[in-house]
Amino acid sequence: MAIVAKPSKLGTFGRPVLAWTVGLLFFFPIFWMVLTSFKTDADAVKPEHLIFFQPTLENYLNMTENYDYWRFARNSVITAVMATLFTLFVGIPCAYAMAFNPSRATKDVLMWMLSTKMLPAAAVLYPMTFLTKSAGLFDTHFLIILVLSLINLPIVVWMLFTYFKEIPKDIIEAGKMDGVNTWGEIREILIPLAWGGIAATALLCFIFCWNEAYWTVRLTTTNAATLSKLIEGNRAPEGLFFGRLSAVSAAAVGPIVVLGWFCQKQLVQGLTFGAVK
Amino acid sequence: MGRIVLKSVTKSFGDVEVIPPLDLTIEEGEFAVFVGPSGCGKSTLLRMIAGLEDLSSGSIEIDGQDATQVPPAKRGLAMVFQSYALYPHMSVRKNIGFPLRMAKMAPAKVTARVETAAKSLNLMDYLDRKPADLSGGQRQRVAIGRAIVREPAAFLFDEPLSNLDAALRVGMRLEIGELHERLQTTMIYVTHDQVEAMTMANKIVVLRAGVIEQVGSPLELYHRPRNTFVAGFIGSPKMNLISGTQAQKYDAATIGIRPEHIDVSMTEGSWEGYVGVAEHLGSDTFLHVHGSGVSEMITVRISGDISVNQGDTIYLTPQSDQLHRFDAQGTRIP
Repeated sequence: MAIVAKPSKLGTFGRPVLAWTVGLLFFFPIFWMVLTSFKTDADAVKPEHLIFFQPTLENYLNMTENYDYWRFARNSVITAVMATLFTLFVGIPCAYAMAFNPSRATKDVLMWMLSTKMLPAAAVLYPMTFLTKSAGLFDTHFLIILVLSLINLPIVVWMLFTYFKEIPKDIIEAGKMDGVNTWGEIREILIPLAWGGIAATALLCFIFCWNEAYWTVRLTTTNAATLSKLIEGNRAPEGLFFGRLSAVSAAAVGPIVVLGWFCQKQLVQGLTFGAVK
Repeated sequence: MGRIVLKSVTKSFGDVEVIPPLDLTIEEGEFAVFVGPSGCGKSTLLRMIAGLEDLSSGSIEIDGQDATQVPPAKRGLAMVFQSYALYPHMSVRKNIGFPLRMAKMAPAKVTARVETAAKSLNLMDYLDRKPADLSGGQRQRVAIGRAIVREPAAFLFDEPLSNLDAALRVGMRLEIGELHERLQTTMIYVTHDQVEAMTMANKIVVLRAGVIEQVGSPLELYHRPRNTFVAGFIGSPKMNLISGTQAQKYDAATIGIRPEHIDVSMTEGSWEGYVGVAEHLGSDTFLHVHGSGVSEMITVRISGDISVNQGDTIYLTPQSDQLHRFDAQGTRIP
């Protein structure tokens, strides 16, 4: 008789329970934030109104009327999109070169690129602030795009490199024999073949750019300020206005949650570095 | 078009020299086969001709022009890879037309050329399929199609049949042979399979550890191998190489005799032995004979309808005019 492993009780019941618990645990702060965003600032801190309260749109209306939400949102979109495009524009040729024409230094260069991610941002805060101010770049879109690109370039190159490595070298060489120049190879062969990987990388890069708060808060005042700055700006000295803050935060994470929802598959693929196919 | 000359070409990977200085000329219209065991540098040599691998020193001339520094695309050569290397995101039609589109040829002309190539390769019904929907043989045909549309100065084949099953391999071997007959274009073909080399080549280049052991026509290599390596590599089953006292009788360190050049008798002969394994192939029978006279096992090829069984005593006599003699270095004694 064939020996068939019986599914253990723990496996069939325990795992879904565990998954749901973890899922709810992660989801709860978002849920609470959205819930709080519909409360008045006064209600937000009262325990008796934790679940039952008079919902209001006041915070959201306030946000668009008083804080100019759309300007911040527009800046977030502009900087995140432009930074993602620029990062890919630099990152794709870079990863292509390292994947298909590696030299002895390629491994070291990749490690060095990754090591820049280990530098504490605070260590370069003052030089960055002074330099950008004296160069007249402080609080410009250009600066934020540049900074976001540079922060994300190492991870983008790493991800693209991993995807490109999966393309058989023969195909690239066949392209060379068929008379394609380097740009043609990237355009005609590499990008179509690695399209899924490039999309996943772009998506992650966009999310990282959107969520970035350290530099966008410190290197902007009004002109190029992103949604991160808007949230930070609601941290008033006379105490926290939880209702207002929650509404701003919910409006800031909203677009990215929706984007993430539609691109779940690509995101998982991107985060596992192409291990899942 | 298609004369390729290699002049003192070398290749090193780091400190490892895989190809010591090598000279070779491939004449226009020739079907040259590079053959040798794996790791002998035959693929590296082909890739150097293609331009996919840099030379460490030396030069390559194509049709009298120095091509050493010319990028692969500008050398006018087409290559067929072992893995086919088709573009998986393009249809067969697009795959075949790709080099032409890259050369900015007019779309109408591309279509015409693609269809001519597809017709000659029996691919007309598959033009709109993707490579993933084709069989191995069809994929290899597409790869060949992609090579022929360019009308190259020479074709380079890198073990193109290794991924195909045995039956298909024989068919494709014939097709490539016919293609050469039809186009009369220079072809350089890399393989580790000496049967492919023997059946297809005008000129075989036998390589070992980056060194050319012998260059010649298939029959030259068969009848006059320059050393024991070529003797053992060309021919199937392998030539019997016998050293020791039996070889000394012929004033040689080693003697070689092909399995088909040994006469068999049940009653008398030069070497007595007993049959180890008898492989009956129908048309032929291969006997593996363990002898008392010689230390090595000897393979004999005889016609199929003979009844010999394991353990039978047998007498072998080499045909003296087919005997090859080699000195202590393994070099042929004239």
